[in-house]
Amino acid sequence: MSVLRLLTLLLLLSPFLLGQDLRVAAAADLTPALQKLSPRFEKETGIHLSIALGSSGNFFAEIQNGAPFDVFLSADKSYPEKLQQAGLTEPGTLATYARGRLVLWIPLNSTLRFTTKQGVLTGGLKPLASSAIKKIAIANPAHAPYGRAAVAALQHYGIYDQVKPRLVLGENISQTAQFAESGDVGAAFLAMAIAVTPEMKQRGSFVVLPQESYPPLDQAAVILRSSNRKDQARRFLEFLRGTEAQSILSDFGFEVPVT
Amino acid sequence: MSWQACVLTAKLATLTALILFALGLPLAFWVAFSPRRWKFAVEAMIGTPTVLPPTVLGFYLLVAFGSGTSLGRWYQHVTGGTLAFSFSGLVVASVIYSLPFAVQPMVAGIRGVDRKLIDAARTLGVRKLKIYREVVVPLAWPGLLTGLVLSFAHTVGEFGVVLMVGGNIPGVTRTLSIDIYDQVQDLNYSSANQTSLVLLLFSYVLLCLVYGFNRRSFIWTSR
Repeated sequence: MSVLRLLTLLLLLSPFLLGQDLRVAAAADLTPALQKLSPRFEKETGIHLSIALGSSGNFFAEIQNGAPFDVFLSADKSYPEKLQQAGLTEPGTLATYARGRLVLWIPLNSTLRFTTKQGVLTGGLKPLASSAIKKIAIANPAHAPYGRAAVAALQHYGIYDQVKPRLVLGENISQTAQFAESGDVGAAFLAMAIAVTPEMKQRGSFVVLPQESYPPLDQAAVILRSSNRKDQARRFLEFLRGTEAQSILSDFGFEVPVT
Repeated sequence: MSWQACVLTAKLATLTALILFALGLPLAFWVAFSPRRWKFAVEAMIGTPTVLPPTVLGFYLLVAFGSGTSLGRWYQHVTGGTLAFSFSGLVVASVIYSLPFAVQPMVAGIRGVDRKLIDAARTLGVRKLKIYREVVVPLAWPGLLTGLVLSFAHTVGEFGVVLMVGGNIPGVTRTLSIDIYDQVQDLNYSSANQTSLVLLLFSYVLLCLVYGFNRRSFIWTSR
């Protein structure tokens, strides 16, 4: 009976116990990097993170409607800027700590070949227009920054209109990677931070798209005004800009520091 | 409201409902009349999608459709395309997902037929198929029709599975429910509201028709 009582008590208290965590809404491109970053931060500061992953646009809409997050890590500077204009952020906390890279991922058995120099695309994306490539996965450009970057790159290389009917849209960049992994698509535009993971490397290879082919994917962090853990949130933002976090981000293909 | 998504959803739901009617009818007869002891296992299997999270089905379908499985490779070999991110894929997913909504009302309708009438027909030497066609179906048709309508309505309301295996392609896999989700995400509330209202009214009116109709047929048969 006493065990039952204890369990009931724990169950009743759980919302308060769990409520101690710092709640982070993070863009899906950070999924693999945060798996490495968060235990280090937790060890260093004793602050526990509760991380929600999704598309930046999705979180933007949620936060506008009062979602209870402390920190928002967007894959695009425009969303936090819009939140700032709406007065939903803590003044002076918006900061860019890294820049994402867009890559084109192709499965191992693919016959696609691109001209590259040190892994960076130097020729065009013309091979993608081939009718042999039936499906190309990108993130949904309506609310995922990497999706917008992919569309921009396709336009930059002048093949957007040709491949448009063959585009498959993932909810966010993680789902896009999942589409790629399933083996059902001929190519996928992914975040380099996801393409470098062992799971993706096992199944394919990637070429990095040159920076000038798409607008910058600034990874911007901001503390939300509604947060009641702003000090802890500040420490997390400092941690992200610190040497240790920056070198981990660099390992995952992020460009640091942002120039 | 996106007209394209509307037409696509209607097409998907109609096709799914017709396929399920053809598949579901013999299945419902078997469930209603079979004396097999292990019948409960089949019934449970048919009913599973009602309690299964759509994500479970979505995940399995995505994996099963992929080129990593022999099923996926076989399909690619035969049709030259993939099931995931295609309209045919959505039809397959919807048929599985809406199966209980077609079969369960059909079984209830068939079981509701007075056993004495069937026995009487049998003692008169009428053959089994003829009994089904001329005694059971005419008496069970409110249940059969409910199965057809509910499988249609349930397919219109599908979301999770479509989100996971559809790939959100306009005119191919972007159904109305996905369209609403996109509009809400883009803070396009007035447009989302419009589409949602249409779906709300549609669902209500459809169920009114089903319930009203069943009530009338009940009055007829009990007279």
